[in-house]
Amino acid sequence: MPSYLFWLFSTVMLIGGVSVIAFRNPVSSAMSVVTCFVGLAGLFIGLSAFFVGVIQILVYTGAVMVLFLFIIMLLDLKDEEKAAKPLLPIAAGIALVAAFMVQLIGILSRTPDVIAPNLDKESLAAAASGFPATSKIATTLTQGKLPDVHLIGHTLFTDYNLPLQILGVLLLVATVGVVVLSKRQAE
Amino acid sequence: MPELIFQIAIIITKIVILTFMVVLPLVPVSVYFERRFSAVIQDRVGPNRVGIPLTLLGFKKDFHLFGLIQPIADGLKLFLKEDFTPAHVRKAFYWMAPALTVVPALITVCVVPFGSPISIFGHTEKLVIADLDIGPLFVFSVASLSVYGITLAGWSSNSKFPFIGGVRSTAQMISYEIALGLSIIPVLMYYGDLNLSTIVQQQADHGWLLLPLWGHDADHTFISKLLFWFPAAIAFLIFTISIFAETNRMPFDLPECETELVGGYHTEYSSMKFAMFFMGEYAAMVIGSALIITLFLGGWSIGFGADAWVSQLHIGDFYFGGLIHLGCFMTKLIGFILFFILVRWTVPRFRYDQLMKLGWVVFFEAALINVFLAALIVAAPQLEKTIIGVGAVLLVIVTAAVIWVAKVSEETPKVLRA
Repeated sequence: MPSYLFWLFSTVMLIGGVSVIAFRNPVSSAMSVVTCFVGLAGLFIGLSAFFVGVIQILVYTGAVMVLFLFIIMLLDLKDEEKAAKPLLPIAAGIALVAAFMVQLIGILSRTPDVIAPNLDKESLAAAASGFPATSKIATTLTQGKLPDVHLIGHTLFTDYNLPLQILGVLLLVATVGVVVLSKRQAE
Repeated sequence: MPELIFQIAIIITKIVILTFMVVLPLVPVSVYFERRFSAVIQDRVGPNRVGIPLTLLGFKKDFHLFGLIQPIADGLKLFLKEDFTPAHVRKAFYWMAPALTVVPALITVCVVPFGSPISIFGHTEKLVIADLDIGPLFVFSVASLSVYGITLAGWSSNSKFPFIGGVRSTAQMISYEIALGLSIIPVLMYYGDLNLSTIVQQQADHGWLLLPLWGHDADHTFISKLLFWFPAAIAFLIFTISIFAETNRMPFDLPECETELVGGYHTEYSSMKFAMFFMGEYAAMVIGSALIITLFLGGWSIGFGADAWVSQLHIGDFYFGGLIHLGCFMTKLIGFILFFILVRWTVPRFRYDQLMKLGWVVFFEAALINVFLAALIVAAPQLEKTIIGVGAVLLVIVTAAVIWVAKVSEETPKVLRA
């Protein structure tokens, strides 16, 4: 990805992230999260992970955050808009951020500094040998394109088939639970 | 470097021509169609007067041009109206909301293939702005952003009817997005590809998804295509109706239901800001029709095996078959827009609980079962007969169970003794 695009989307993300806590109005904060997610999707797409980027927008921006916004609007939080700066939550927040930073630095310092391979025609064609020659993935790779949707699908359904199914059952249980709870009516 | 500039120039030309000269003019044109067509349905005349006013210059007769200039007059009127911002609104979001409804609809234009490639002086150019490998997903994800426009419009207006309209639209659009996404999975499974250009090319070569009458060969036998016609038809039905709900069109236009909500989420808006909501709705309708045509009705393909011949038409080095395909696509698009309008003026509005039940109880389950049916049909040639039989029996049992559960849930739940 060209570096100026990286800086553009990172800036969008950072501005979004900072304004989440800077705004007093909950709806403004929610919209800042949306901005942050759009920037994140841009970063994913810049890294040739089109599928992940688009799903990021589809699921988080298009559905999850809309529900958040929905709830915030229905609650009509008036207290939050008052300018209040309690010391304890701020201190706790800073401590949490510091803990995460220490962890992140620890992980980053141990990760070997390897440059990701270029996604040019030769390296993609070389990667095609790992798949059956007539499969969609192999033919797309030899054409010099990255079939990211097919690759993700292939990995999910061969290497992680059982965890995927278990996750599916978990989500189903949660969905059924929600329906049961919402159908219950007390007198 | 010159090559880069050349490519950027081509991309900008495509954006300008396809978005601003092909799709955007369709918005006022479909407004005109809406008014004339509804007039025909209701046995009226409709707007047929605006034209070239030659009588002003002393001639005997005006040129009416069937009132085709009416959209321009409407646009001018909206531009010249007072842009009034009520004092009680939340300004920033109030200003942002109209833009947030129009922009996503226009961005989605970029993955729609408008025609087969055009070739001039040995340089071939596809008639699609961005030939992405994730076409339909891109459309869904960007279109799902337009819900923010309507929701924020309702909330920022700070008045109760717009707010109810905004809340309704949020619930409705999220509900139908699920049916929308699930319903096209059979189609994507059949083509094994998410690139809309490839999908249309396959339909041109081997028959449209809903009209598989030509281009049979060993990999695409007539029987297999005919068998897949059933899941494809179910998918088409669910997808089309969900698009109606997604674009807030008539049977599902509860966010702007006049009898209950004054004007819905745009009650507090005036002038061009109001017009932008209007434009957003029609642009979403145009893109929705384009997507339906691309996935199910062959996109730019003329059909009956004529596409390969049309693509070869040329004058010297200029292969202009793509332009004929563009014309074909536009014809289909306008035909589908007329269908949208016909439905709007024929079907009465749904009640809100009916709308939610249709989305969650009927379409969600039907789309899910349809996915399994399509998977069985697509995989059948590679499977043994017994496995196919077992699969079919399981599918019937699951379908029966789902219908039974839906029936049971109809009954009023028992009241808990607290």
